[in-house]
Amino acid sequence: MAYQLDAHHAPVDSSVPLEYATEDGSLKILGFWIFLAADVVLFSCLFATYIVLQHNTYGGPTAQQLFDVPGFVTETLLLLTSSFTCGLAIFEMHRNRLQPMIGWWIVTILLGMGFVGMEISEFAKYVGEGANITRSAFLSAFFILVGTHGTHVTIGIFWMLGLLVQLLRYGITAITARKAFVASLYWHFLDAVWIFIFTVVYLTGKVS
Amino acid sequence: MTTHSDVNPSHGATLPSDPKAHHETFPWKHILGFVLSLVLTFAALGLVLSAALPLTAVIVSIVVLAVLQLLVQLLLFMHLTERHGPATHVLTLVFGFFVAFTIVAGSAWIMFTFHATVA
Repeated sequence: MAYQLDAHHAPVDSSVPLEYATEDGSLKILGFWIFLAADVVLFSCLFATYIVLQHNTYGGPTAQQLFDVPGFVTETLLLLTSSFTCGLAIFEMHRNRLQPMIGWWIVTILLGMGFVGMEISEFAKYVGEGANITRSAFLSAFFILVGTHGTHVTIGIFWMLGLLVQLLRYGITAITARKAFVASLYWHFLDAVWIFIFTVVYLTGKVS
Repeated sequence: MTTHSDVNPSHGATLPSDPKAHHETFPWKHILGFVLSLVLTFAALGLVLSAALPLTAVIVSIVVLAVLQLLVQLLLFMHLTERHGPATHVLTLVFGFFVAFTIVAGSAWIMFTFHATVA
């Protein structure tokens, strides 16, 4: 089946990508950008806290002792690749090809699950070594910053699973296209936040 | 924002088979973005592991590489500049970055100066 047009019978503009085809869709995408800008500010507070407290280890483990290079590089590559496959899903959506879109969508979800799984085992390893959230100001700031990002990714996985059901049931419509596009913005945004965690927390932790 | 078109908005109507905005058949921009992201990531990792530069130079360099990778995500993956209509979302995002920079740089500046003064 080809495009199912807007279920609300709103005017549809066929000269723009389907997610922008109704005024409702356009406004919801703008609203989501405003949310992302607010989320940037939220993460900036956590980054500021971490940067200020990173050396306050209170006799506990330091960043340099704690972080494992192959581990955090693998996490980075998983999330980076998932951002790429999510982009491919939207690329296929724009070509109105449902099957490849769903394929890349599922790959994205699986890579995201791999990332969260690695992060959980990383946290469990630290706690097992006595490096828990109450050990030092450095570790409190670390777990809050990285944990908030991990929570975002976990929410994103459930969101994308829900959308997977809608894509399977309704195909690519003005509504599902807008929802998938917004979820893809969220996912790319989380990869961008991770780049800064990779840089400011893990890489900086290894040099200083 | 929405312009009326001659497409019948009822159920089952089809869009023109080749809408102007979606003529690409191969995801060049996404592949370019992925390759650039990998290069920038490993460049930052290399700078840290090689320990060839002084500490401050390493930190400034890897932050610059991170900002470049943020731009890759925004421009090549998030279609930041491809919106049809006023660029309200870009202004909002720039304001968000401004507040974020003020909070992070301001906190670091004040607290590092404080530690240096007290210690």
